[in-house]
Amino acid sequence: MLDILEKAALHNGLVTAFAVVGLIVLLAGQISKHLTFGRVHGSAIAIVIGLALAYWGGTQTGGHKGLADMSLFGGIGLMGGAMLRDFAIVATAFEVQPLEARKAGLIGVVALLLGTVLPFIVGAAIAWGFGYSDAVSMTTIGAGAVTYIVGPVTGAAIGASPDVMALSIATGLVKAILVMVGTPVAARFLRLKTPRSAMVFGGLAGTVSGVSAGLAATDRKLVPYGALVATFHTGLGCLLGPSLLFFATKALVG
Amino acid sequence: MIIYGTALLAACHLLGIFIGDLLGQLLGVKTNVGGVGIAMLLLMAARLYMLQNNKLPKLTELGVEYWGAMYIPVVVAMAAQQDMVSALRGGPVALLSAVAAVAVCAMVIALINRAEVLSPQAPDAAQLNNPLVAAEE
Repeated sequence: MLDILEKAALHNGLVTAFAVVGLIVLLAGQISKHLTFGRVHGSAIAIVIGLALAYWGGTQTGGHKGLADMSLFGGIGLMGGAMLRDFAIVATAFEVQPLEARKAGLIGVVALLLGTVLPFIVGAAIAWGFGYSDAVSMTTIGAGAVTYIVGPVTGAAIGASPDVMALSIATGLVKAILVMVGTPVAARFLRLKTPRSAMVFGGLAGTVSGVSAGLAATDRKLVPYGALVATFHTGLGCLLGPSLLFFATKALVG
Repeated sequence: MIIYGTALLAACHLLGIFIGDLLGQLLGVKTNVGGVGIAMLLLMAARLYMLQNNKLPKLTELGVEYWGAMYIPVVVAMAAQQDMVSALRGGPVALLSAVAAVAVCAMVIALINRAEVLSPQAPDAAQLNNPLVAAEE
């Protein structure tokens, strides 16, 4: 009996994922209603449950894709992978009011630039403080503080060592998780309320995964505005990281 | 037909990714440059064009809106496949750089957003255009 059920789930990965995620969202909704009396958004709880399951999956399999590495939950990898994630993000563009987006366009671009340069400076400075004082290591770790994709792309381009690359990816991952969990908590401090504020957030907070989950957990209405800017983050980081930012770092530390 | 909406979404998605890849190649970057954002702009433009020409029936809209409403479940699935173990094993350098980077950015976001002048007519300018999401609230 159990064998047959397991086989059915294994052979229908994506369908299993729909059922599992539905269950998580249901559970999160109940927790939100009965334990926090609606104070914590159901989707915020669902995302935290997802992260906890990812940790559990990672410790069970030793893989890098959380729950998706367990064969029974392989469909989670497809459902939450880049393809469907981007598909759903693009779909939210249907909700954008073009006038609002255009009004905040310039400040969005400014936020995007700041969101690349500031984390880089902070990351590179801290790397220097911990003794990674060569330009290549500083740049790679600084780029990791932009996003966990910019880090390894930059590191590969300028020839960083594998342990620095791993450190750079870990930095980006911690950042993404911090943004996912921290955004709903800090929403009031960040004044995250209007389309413009969401675009500023999308540019500065960076990482598509962090921004998309953080805004989803805060206010679903703001998602398309934040995503519109954040999706340029990785591209800009990969453009500036191995070039301008690397040369600037090199000029500074030699 | 509902598939028209989903096909329009798919076409914008693919075209956006294609342009993003092309842009990446032109700039000499080994990655896609803003493909998803470009896809979003294409879809916004397509929607405006179709609205103005009365070519956007409700069912076509629903073919896109369904996927917009699936956004949060997809994000939950995305959270469930993050590399939490590597993130937590990164050690003090990774932890400190990430925390400091997020803190600095949060300060700047708060600063910029405090400067925003809220127009009195539209205190909550973000409206929920997706009936499928609105129904869930």
